[in-house]
Amino acid sequence: MTQVNTALPDFLPALPEIFLLVMACAVMIADLFVKSERRTASYLLAQFTLVGCASLTLLVMIGTQGALMVTFSGLFVADMMSHLLKLAAYIAFSTALVYSRQYLLDRGLMKGEFLTLLLFALLGMMVLMSANSFVTVYMGLELLSLCLYAMVALNRDSAASTEAAMKYFVLGALASGLLLYGMSMIYGATGTLTITEVSKAIGSGTADKTILVFGLVFAVSGLAFKLGVAPFHMWIPDVYHGAPTAVTLVIGTGPKLAAFAMAMRLLVNGMLDLAADWQQMLAIMAVLSMAIGNVTAIAQTNLKRMLAYSTISHMGFLLLGLLSGVVGGNWFNAADAYSASMFYVLVYVLMSLGAFGMLLFLSRAGFECERLEDLKGLNRRSPWYAFIMLVLMFSLAGLPPTAGFFAKYAVLTATVAAGQAWLAVVAVLFSLIGAFFYLRIVKLMYFDEPDGSGAAVVSTDGPGEMRVLLSINGFALLALGLMPGPLLDLCMRAIKML
Amino acid sequence: MTMQTTSHLLSFSIWVPVLAGLLVLATGGDRNAAMARAIALGGALCGFFVTIPLYTGFNLQTVGMQFVELTPWIAHFNVNYHLGVDGISVLFILLNSFITVLVVIAGWTVIESRVAQYFASFLFLSGIMNGVFAALDGVLFYVFFEATLIPMFIIIGVWGGPNRVYAALKFFLYTLLGSLLMLVALIYLYNKSGGSFAILDWHKLPLALPAQKLLFFAFLFAFSVKVPMWPVHTWLPDAHVEAPTGGSVVLAAIMLKLGAYGFIRFSLPILPDASRELAWFMIALSLVAVVYIGLVALVQADMKKLIAYSSISHMGFVTLGFFIFNAYGVEGALVQMISHGFISAAMFLCVGVMYDRMHSRQIADYGGVVNTMPKFAAFFMLFAMANCGLPATSGFVGEFMVIMGAMKANFWIAFAAATTLIFGAAYTLWMVKRVIFGAVANDHVARLTDLNGREFTVLAALAAAVLMMGIYPLPFTEVMHASVNDLLRHVALPKL
Repeated sequence: MTQVNTALPDFLPALPEIFLLVMACAVMIADLFVKSERRTASYLLAQFTLVGCASLTLLVMIGTQGALMVTFSGLFVADMMSHLLKLAAYIAFSTALVYSRQYLLDRGLMKGEFLTLLLFALLGMMVLMSANSFVTVYMGLELLSLCLYAMVALNRDSAASTEAAMKYFVLGALASGLLLYGMSMIYGATGTLTITEVSKAIGSGTADKTILVFGLVFAVSGLAFKLGVAPFHMWIPDVYHGAPTAVTLVIGTGPKLAAFAMAMRLLVNGMLDLAADWQQMLAIMAVLSMAIGNVTAIAQTNLKRMLAYSTISHMGFLLLGLLSGVVGGNWFNAADAYSASMFYVLVYVLMSLGAFGMLLFLSRAGFECERLEDLKGLNRRSPWYAFIMLVLMFSLAGLPPTAGFFAKYAVLTATVAAGQAWLAVVAVLFSLIGAFFYLRIVKLMYFDEPDGSGAAVVSTDGPGEMRVLLSINGFALLALGLMPGPLLDLCMRAIKML
Repeated sequence: MTMQTTSHLLSFSIWVPVLAGLLVLATGGDRNAAMARAIALGGALCGFFVTIPLYTGFNLQTVGMQFVELTPWIAHFNVNYHLGVDGISVLFILLNSFITVLVVIAGWTVIESRVAQYFASFLFLSGIMNGVFAALDGVLFYVFFEATLIPMFIIIGVWGGPNRVYAALKFFLYTLLGSLLMLVALIYLYNKSGGSFAILDWHKLPLALPAQKLLFFAFLFAFSVKVPMWPVHTWLPDAHVEAPTGGSVVLAAIMLKLGAYGFIRFSLPILPDASRELAWFMIALSLVAVVYIGLVALVQADMKKLIAYSSISHMGFVTLGFFIFNAYGVEGALVQMISHGFISAAMFLCVGVMYDRMHSRQIADYGGVVNTMPKFAAFFMLFAMANCGLPATSGFVGEFMVIMGAMKANFWIAFAAATTLIFGAAYTLWMVKRVIFGAVANDHVARLTDLNGREFTVLAALAAAVLMMGIYPLPFTEVMHASVNDLLRHVALPKL
């Protein structure tokens, strides 16, 4: 592993971020001159930006062979994990743009703001993924969050959206405050803001343990809010429900990648020596999330709310991997556990994209596909999309032969290897409860007859590129379920290079 | 251990039906129903023909796995695409492929809506279940085991009866609960064995008794739900009653066997000490199934429900045979599994034949069917006699062997088990008497038409199988011999 510390900032590792910043500003300005209602030019420019970012990230990754690079005086780090997560984020947002375009056009929400905010949110995520200092973490997080708050309120005439945005903003600000407070405590104990230095300071044992743990509790709370795990999950259902579905799609996908990166940077890179302390917290939050998420989802009649609770339970599952890494100072399981979590979050983003994408696909001008009954008899109307949705639901439920199974499986293996078999049993029991509400969707689509309303009467001839992408999305989950090896190996490589 | 030259017969037996299923789906909507039917039949026949060399090429002398295929699948977890059959599993692959052909023929004109999806589901299911019987890797087994739920869920839910949604969900969640606990057990074994998912490696893995017991219960959960054993059997009558005829046939003939097969592939050889220690418990549950469920069957008013309870009672014989640990018991249980595959399939098809004409499964709605459907009545009578274990039918061989085995172990166990000969005869023949014999009960029965050629073919094929197995069971038992003896030797050795 080469450690390239440069006196003058080395811009190479941050090339994609710099490009994105320039392009996001360009999109903002260019959009002022776009007259058409369809905003094709701005939309294409945004897509081009994402492709450009992906090329640059690939270039940097291949050029440096994924070596660890630290720049901007230790504020910014580029490694295999950040490259991979960034690539996943580009794919997620590019797909999100394709999925949401028609929906936004139908509702007159396709504005330059949406594209610009999306790009800036992506920039925030990328900064977060590459953060090597508390300052960078906070900067990235705020950039991401502020963009998301604004996007939730995109449909400013909708009371529900405005309320959701307000709620999101107030609670988000509180969480940021908690996180900042925690960080300041840790700074007080260790005397540094750089994550790698914090790790050294804690390892040396000179830092005051009481203050450290105090800070840790706040930092974990802030983190839990961003991940959306219980008991910091309250905002998720309201925001998912209140935001326009296109924005829900954005919130439910990419930011999860950033939150995972943040957890890895703060907890694993920074405070691994306090693992025994944060693992307990994570275990409680994981069990609570799986319980609340899966049980409450059953009671939902709104699809977006149901998926929101499903998110909570999935994030709980993700925590299981994070907390199984280092057991009693023993590292044997670490790479397996963290890469399992990374695989889980990548697969989750893919599933979430597909699920919300399907809701967007089935929505039309003047019709929101968001009640459970809206899916009634979909198989009658369109066997193909019913099948894609079936794959998505079985994948979310974690059944083979879909990717969702191997995601759950990888995490469970790590949990059992860490000697936490009881957590694994709890997790599978809650998965069983969860299976019920995913099955209910399959039941509605396949067993029930269309009742003359809902998506079953809506034609399924959306934009061509969306139909193709949605099909690829579904089949990617099947393909990953049959061949999870390559992606697992990539995650493993990324984690081993940390 | 002799390994034959690598053949891909097992892969074919799994993937030919799956590919045929995809082709059937590709025919699209009900406009092309005729094409969907033709492709389905072709696929099912091909699927059956590729399994025949498994039997003809089977080496009776060896106890090792045959037709082995081994390719790395997910290197990250050391999961392999590892297939192979021994004398225990090979017959089930043939049985499954055979039944699939019959199911396709039986559903030929009965299913009129979403035809392609119906046949594709059965073909997928057939391939997946062959995978369960052939898998020698824990994860591969689990993936196939779980994947069977999806097509069956769809089959019950889409083409089932009025209460199908409840039955489909109950079926799915019940079985999922069991298999999820098995997943944790598989992962535990993986860690314990130093990172191997090879089932055959696990057979040699030393395990302490407490761990064995925990694992035993985890597997018990998964397999007992599937068998199903009393008291986790309640999903089965619901599923059977609501499922379309084809679904009931596959459920009874093959799917229930997956659970019993799991006991003999996992519980007994991997956890022999726990198995012996807890044998009394398993025997007790089995006897409850045999006796109590037999009595429950007696009072059923719905024919499908009656046969469903009869299935549970017969499967009780299978688990009983496994846990008395002698060659008669285990072999008898295996014979019983195959024989029950034929008989239950035939019984459900018979009920299906009547249901297609009368749209009722209530015994009370029938009476004197023999007057209008003499050919059908003959078949029904034959299968009913086989169901109560009449000598010269396949039903006799398995039950007799298990009772013999039980007699060797303990007289009272054999005594309790033998009561089934009375109860089985009582509930089956009483049903036959009320449905088939007597005066013509009503106008509907009077208007019944006898079997058509398609129905006749299906029932005749099953009748031939039932009689052949009853008169000359050697072709079936000789295949099992070596493997069963090896298994029993293995189970007798402690591995603490």
